[in-house]
Amino acid sequence: MGGYVPAARREIQEMLGAVGLSDVNELFAEIPEEIRLQGPLGLPAGMTEAEMLAEMRRMAGNTRQDCAVFLGAGAYRRFVPACVPDLANQGAFLTAYTPYQPEMSQGLLQAMFEYQTMICELTGMDAANASVYDGATAAAEAMLMARAATGRSTILVSRAVNPQTAVVLEAYADAAGMRVVPVSMYGGRTHLKKLFEAAGEDVCAVLLQQPNFFGCLEEVHEAGRIAHAAGALLVVSAGPVSLGMLAAPGALGADIAVGDAQELGSDLNFGGPGAGYMAAKQEYLRRLPGRIVGQTKDGDGRRGFVLTLQAREQHIRREKASSNICSNEAHTALTAAVYLAAMGPEGLYEAAKLSHDRAHYLHGRILEIGGFMDLWPTPFFNEFAVRAPVNPGLMNERLLKKGIIGGYDLGRVDEKYENAVLFCVTEANDRAQIDALVRELEAMAK
Amino acid sequence: MKRDVRLIFERGAPGRRTAALPNSGVPGCEPPPARMLRRRPPALPEVAEVELVRHYTALARRSHGVDDGFYPLGSCTMKYSPRRNERAAEMFSGLHPLQDERTAQGALEALWRLERSLCALTGMDAFTLQPAAGAHGELLGLMLMRAWHAHNGETGRNVVIVPDSAHGTNPASAAMAGYRVREIKSGDDGRVDLGALRQAAGDDVAGMMLTNPNTLGLFETDILGIADVVHGAGGLMYCDGANLNAVMGIARPGDMGFDIVHVNVHKTLSAPHGGGGPGAGPVGVKRFLEPYLPVPAVREAGGVFSLDYGRERSVGRVKAFYGNFAVLVKALAYILTLGADGLKEASEHAVLNANYVLNGLKDVYRPAAEGPCMHECVLSADPLAPFGVRALDVAKALIDEGVHPPTIYFPLIVKEALMIEPTETETKETLDAFIEAMRGIAKQARDDPESLRSAPHTAPVGRLDETGAARKPVLRAQPPEEEG
Repeated sequence: MGGYVPAARREIQEMLGAVGLSDVNELFAEIPEEIRLQGPLGLPAGMTEAEMLAEMRRMAGNTRQDCAVFLGAGAYRRFVPACVPDLANQGAFLTAYTPYQPEMSQGLLQAMFEYQTMICELTGMDAANASVYDGATAAAEAMLMARAATGRSTILVSRAVNPQTAVVLEAYADAAGMRVVPVSMYGGRTHLKKLFEAAGEDVCAVLLQQPNFFGCLEEVHEAGRIAHAAGALLVVSAGPVSLGMLAAPGALGADIAVGDAQELGSDLNFGGPGAGYMAAKQEYLRRLPGRIVGQTKDGDGRRGFVLTLQAREQHIRREKASSNICSNEAHTALTAAVYLAAMGPEGLYEAAKLSHDRAHYLHGRILEIGGFMDLWPTPFFNEFAVRAPVNPGLMNERLLKKGIIGGYDLGRVDEKYENAVLFCVTEANDRAQIDALVRELEAMAK
Repeated sequence: MKRDVRLIFERGAPGRRTAALPNSGVPGCEPPPARMLRRRPPALPEVAEVELVRHYTALARRSHGVDDGFYPLGSCTMKYSPRRNERAAEMFSGLHPLQDERTAQGALEALWRLERSLCALTGMDAFTLQPAAGAHGELLGLMLMRAWHAHNGETGRNVVIVPDSAHGTNPASAAMAGYRVREIKSGDDGRVDLGALRQAAGDDVAGMMLTNPNTLGLFETDILGIADVVHGAGGLMYCDGANLNAVMGIARPGDMGFDIVHVNVHKTLSAPHGGGGPGAGPVGVKRFLEPYLPVPAVREAGGVFSLDYGRERSVGRVKAFYGNFAVLVKALAYILTLGADGLKEASEHAVLNANYVLNGLKDVYRPAAEGPCMHECVLSADPLAPFGVRALDVAKALIDEGVHPPTIYFPLIVKEALMIEPTETETKETLDAFIEAMRGIAKQARDDPESLRSAPHTAPVGRLDETGAARKPVLRAQPPEEEG
């Protein structure tokens, strides 16, 4: 019905004739009968555009997207200037593939080169790649880089790292014959003494998250000292918007910085796509996985951009490649670059500061309500954990009736966090939203 | 006209900006400890909105997508990406992945329906939508293989068989999953050599990775025999689904003896390639492997959808949340639009178009294999070698014709390979123009080879020094001068 095959009936016959056939079925004559599909695919008939969109609208209507959102935990709703998706979604960007033919793809390559530069600026690193799948897989790739760089195969992962990231690391480590050893927490952040004790000579890397999963700020510099003293690398997973205000991982001793670029200009999209950013210090740049764009010249000395250091990659090195990655998240990365250019250093700082200040305002107001308690007295950024006097599930259900999506039920992470809630505030939550949330929580606590 | 587009960092002026944010509206508070704060702001661009718009518009003008013109990049299925699918995906853009399942029913329904549709399309019993790309699906597939063998106590199986014609991701994924790669040579006809396979298939084999049709654009006609050998040795069959666009509604991997398959949503199911991604690489399995799939699984009971984290033997997760959701919605939109007949029609025309191109070129470029092809054809530029013209020169000359070059120098087993995949969404005029351009280039190789060796002539830049780029990597714009 609504197919995208332009060939008219007469043309089909002409084309078949040209290749010496009379019927389309003859094209598949080589496929043995016993594996041919008998009858049609078990799928419904096609739909017109209007019908398909109506069906999608029905499904989308069966979701809530009109609420004030105080939920983060790895996916963030932020303010996005209108020009950002408009510019990123231009057809030439959206419908290209990896720029294997640089002379025809200079625009895309330049945009990636600029993206890499911005990521280096944010993270304080020397080189960045053009993205991997998401923040979690970026951490996994960093783990594999660290093994290759050190010849060791244990990674120490703070329990304050996003638990989903930890599960992804486990799966990658298991496949690669590596070991993930968790490091416990103290006061809402990585227990540095335990980290010190665990940092033996089999450790290739230490992974921290900043701000960590619970919103608390880590002593990254100290962790780096411990990692380096043990001959291991420090890998920091950093929230990119927070880096408008917080110290760059590179300035705190990190060797590799990773994270998710979703919050740089992309919508929530039910969790995907995001983009894993990865940046490293000079000595590790040839171990970075995936596409990397470099600057070069043409025969006339004109500046140009190409995919470079391809000798690391699967299409050249096959089983000896630094990673198997081929398709990445270039479009999310491009969106991030447009967003960062739109925000500029001041805009990014303001987004970070607004998130921080409004989160602290909400935090203060919540603690004034009887029954709510701080989980940890530790400095936080824009997410914080509190113990609630009511069951978080019931609390969120009541908030939803008022058009509010409440915080993340930390009981889903570990039962020791029963009745604990992780609230997230960004610049997309204004004071009226925050005050409305506080009013509802007050009413519940009575 | 050859003119440099300034870097975004070379535009603008200090203090200039596009976005302004409101006042916080809340009382000030203590900042984080000073040791945790930046000392110097990141040197991000400082541009006005109009500069920003012109910059990225200029960059788009210097890029080439399917929206701009023909893009017969072999193995990548650069078909038209329908606009209506973008509209469909936008309908879910504000949904948080961790919000209450009861407020995300429609999104879970979309995932569930896509899983069911992919089962029908591939002949598999269960799918996970978590992998973000084809190679990511391969890695997961091999994790499943490992978990299955481990569960059966077969821990000595540490080899994966890969044909020498395979995509580079296959051996790279196997290595990443902790396997050794045993490469087998293709037979003279470009297909798997059963004798070589029998030799390779010992009791140390975990499985085999295979693309069908293979990278030469040939259907592996003895696929059942291949599967028998691998299964007989105790291994599993993995289907690299990159070439599924050839056989939708014609034949299904699940009926060919494959145990695991990934589908490249951005290829076969029309989601845009995004300049390199995001894609999606859902993985389908036969029933016996379902318990090993990642969590969460999407369940349906009485019209209510839920996420199930209870798979005990699961390999865990390979990605945060539920996969590249927006990309997956585009795939569902495509399947709903085309339906059973439309998908089959798409494959039929993909194959017809490839054969039409092959037929139009086979007397000037040397086909890599005899007979008709499936959805792509591989030609060698070898006949132009006597004139000092290589596949690379053919590719660069095509740029001057406004055509994105085909994949070149792949598969590795074909000298001077040109791998051409026209897809079903191109018109006969486009194919005719391409054939004419390719024939013109072959003629020019005889008449004026130098003009080909120095192509492209009309691109914003001439041929770029890739060796120099790798030798002395410049991977970022120059950092600003450090102050005092």
